[in-house]
Amino acid sequence: MQVTNILFLLVGLGAFGYYLGRGRSLAMANPLGGIRRLHSLPSYHGMHVALWCLIPSLILLGLWFIFADAVINNLVISSLEPALLPPDSAGYNLVFNKINNIASGVIKEQGQPLGLIEAAQYMDSLRTMSRWSLTLLLLTVSLFGLAWGQRKITVDFRARPAVEKVMQNMLFVCACLAIFTTLGIVLSVLFESIQFFRSVPLYDFVFGLDWSPQTAIREDQVGSSGSFGAIPLFVGTLLVSAVAMFIAVPIGLMSAIYLAEYAGKNVRTFAKPALEVLAGIPTVVYGFFAALTVAPFLRNLGSDFGLAISSESALAAGGVMGIMIIPFISSLADDVITAVPQSMRDGSLAMGATQSETIRRVVIPAALPGIVGGIMLAVSRAIGETMIVVMAAGMAANLTANPLESVTTVTVQIVTLLTGDQEFDSPKTLAAFALGLMLFMVTLVLNIVALHIVKKYREQYE
Amino acid sequence: MNNQSENLSRIQSSLKRRNRSEALFQWYGRTAIFIGLAAVAVLFFDIISKGHGAFRATYIKLDVHYDQSLIGIDNLADAAQLVDGNWAALSKAAIRGNFPDVSGRRDKRKLNKLLSNGAGFDLKDRLVENPQLLNKTEAVWILADDDIDTYFKSWLDNNPYDARLTDKQVQWIDDLYQQGRIELFFNANLFTRGDSREPEQAGIRGALMGSFLTLIMTLMLSFPIGVSAAIYLEEFAPKNKWTDFIEVNINNLAAVPSIIFGLLGLAIFINFFHVPRSVPIVGGLVLTLMTLPTIIITSRAAIKSVPPSIREAALGMGASKYQMVLHHVLPLALPGMLTGAIIGMAQALGETAPLLMIGMVAFIVDIPSGFSDPATVLPVQIFLWADSPERAFIEKTSAAIMVLLSFLIIMNTSAVWLRKRLERRW
Repeated sequence: MQVTNILFLLVGLGAFGYYLGRGRSLAMANPLGGIRRLHSLPSYHGMHVALWCLIPSLILLGLWFIFADAVINNLVISSLEPALLPPDSAGYNLVFNKINNIASGVIKEQGQPLGLIEAAQYMDSLRTMSRWSLTLLLLTVSLFGLAWGQRKITVDFRARPAVEKVMQNMLFVCACLAIFTTLGIVLSVLFESIQFFRSVPLYDFVFGLDWSPQTAIREDQVGSSGSFGAIPLFVGTLLVSAVAMFIAVPIGLMSAIYLAEYAGKNVRTFAKPALEVLAGIPTVVYGFFAALTVAPFLRNLGSDFGLAISSESALAAGGVMGIMIIPFISSLADDVITAVPQSMRDGSLAMGATQSETIRRVVIPAALPGIVGGIMLAVSRAIGETMIVVMAAGMAANLTANPLESVTTVTVQIVTLLTGDQEFDSPKTLAAFALGLMLFMVTLVLNIVALHIVKKYREQYE
Repeated sequence: MNNQSENLSRIQSSLKRRNRSEALFQWYGRTAIFIGLAAVAVLFFDIISKGHGAFRATYIKLDVHYDQSLIGIDNLADAAQLVDGNWAALSKAAIRGNFPDVSGRRDKRKLNKLLSNGAGFDLKDRLVENPQLLNKTEAVWILADDDIDTYFKSWLDNNPYDARLTDKQVQWIDDLYQQGRIELFFNANLFTRGDSREPEQAGIRGALMGSFLTLIMTLMLSFPIGVSAAIYLEEFAPKNKWTDFIEVNINNLAAVPSIIFGLLGLAIFINFFHVPRSVPIVGGLVLTLMTLPTIIITSRAAIKSVPPSIREAALGMGASKYQMVLHHVLPLALPGMLTGAIIGMAQALGETAPLLMIGMVAFIVDIPSGFSDPATVLPVQIFLWADSPERAFIEKTSAAIMVLLSFLIIMNTSAVWLRKRLERRW
């Protein structure tokens, strides 16, 4: 039976359990003088039965999902003749995939070794058996749960607290998902990175000056080892981010100041959402804009002035990224500036300062921690931005600080290393996870510090 | 006395400079806003001017003779025969019929190149739908090749781009134009077909379906989980270290680069749990984790905005805490939560980078029909087309961007509308 069908059946059983439990509690209460004799409302009794019916079987289903395939695979492999068993893990996967494909009919049986066909048939029978036994087991468990829930119903049974306790646990698990996600990120990048650092020393990775991850297929080819010095990537990332911040910070900050301090209501209601449109545009659109409009424009402009600007220059990618970040900075700075108490402005104006003097000498210094926090968040965003640089920045790792040349970034390399079919345990793919670890750590530190500063600042004026 | 007037004159003399710097400062502010708005305008103008052409495609009107012997089949109902039929011969014969003077292998090949190389299959579909046409002749508008399409559109704009055409081809197109046999029509292929290597046959239907399925998956998971987490944190969580830790994690996840979520999906879902690559299920899972912080944060704000008096009234009437939340707080906070969900979905719809990691970049022609069919999504389709060397794909890419942006605009304005319409001010 299909898993989705089993799920539907279980949900149906749960609904039936609800109906039975509700009916039974009502039947018990009626001779005693109505539902006011019950501790809990009949719907809670119904829900209690439904939970007993569903939760154990759903847990069972989850366990089956995790373990069934592994158990079946082990049984199949151990049934193989020793002659067919390959020595290493790569060959192991190959044989196993072959069996799998024969079993699911992707490869025709003709022409395959007899042992493999037998293994495939064995696998097929095991799968059918496991699915049927699962169906049977789930039905038994949920019917048993239903009966148990039904038996527990009495007039005094505290069904509501029991149901609420289950709900509270479910809510708690949902809230903890954020922790699991962080944990998942850390574990996934950490494990692969550790594997990577086994073949490439940490020192060579962090301080190496040469990045060329192309590893040869055959041992005797030139450059078969590849070199994984990440400094050119870090420099490229910083260069693109610096260009972006060079554009975004002045424009974002000045427009926030103007909108918060000078602009009339009409300008504000029009200009603020119009600027925020920039924040809603997907990054792939900015990437297209950078690669097909801005980069050729800059190259032509450069050649008019006798400057050689690469068509994948850091200037084009960083400039467009800066435009993307403008609304991010301006809305954060706007919040911070409007949070500065009016009394501080009034005091300065009363002393005879002009409005711009008030802003520069009073408002900005008062808002500075918040603004710095906002800029740090923007930097973390620029470092982690992917699509613009993938589409508009280069692939080759040049160690340069010249924004007119082509550079590559950490995110570009992660994408190029991981798209396409590669074996998962080559240093080339693992390098992407090591870069991911670096990226995650840097943005994590920036975010935590920035969020801390912003929070502290908010408390100051509350 | 002397001192005072001296001060006054110093203030007077500096006033001009100070006023000038005031004006300059305001000018900076105005310029900054102008640059920002100009960027919006240039971006939209650039995309629309590049992409508007893709909504129309060039068709050539030819007299097609559905010659049975040419196709080489005897039964239209036989699927195996339909596959083996020589359908390209139909369109080739039709274009040669229009230019009988053309001779020589090379010229004939160039002539055939006027038509899309899928033209024969379009004729097949038409014949299968109308079997009575067999061995008859009719005039059909046939899809032109992408190079012809690019040339014809640029020629209509008085700026002909003929770098990829021969002089003879240009002459033929001119002849067709004189005969009224070449024209632009609405490009239905763009909305009804999947991806293709041939720009004139490529459409966004597959990517739209993929985006739709992925978003449904994301919404089904992230909305209930996000709302539950928000309820827990606002209404039930005790003030302790663990709760603080959860909050730090949520705020931090909201700022983690999206590509990191792609790495997570690749390592955990694909390599550990063996979810197949490229399917909407795994895309939905990754985007769920990515949009959860947004949904949790907006839902918490919505719950916070429900005044405590509502809660106290419910508790005072003898409701349990859960009854208070489910019957009173949640319905009042729902509009705000829905707004947050729409904003989260808009974010997920525009996301590209994490989906590249989990294999949703594959070249997929078939239109996905379920959560476990290989699929790609609209932003990734844009990325793939932007990488294609054919000039005609620039137009297609811009058109796909226009479709994506209009969806985003619809979602965001409906979120604003929902907030204005349904949110109650206390």
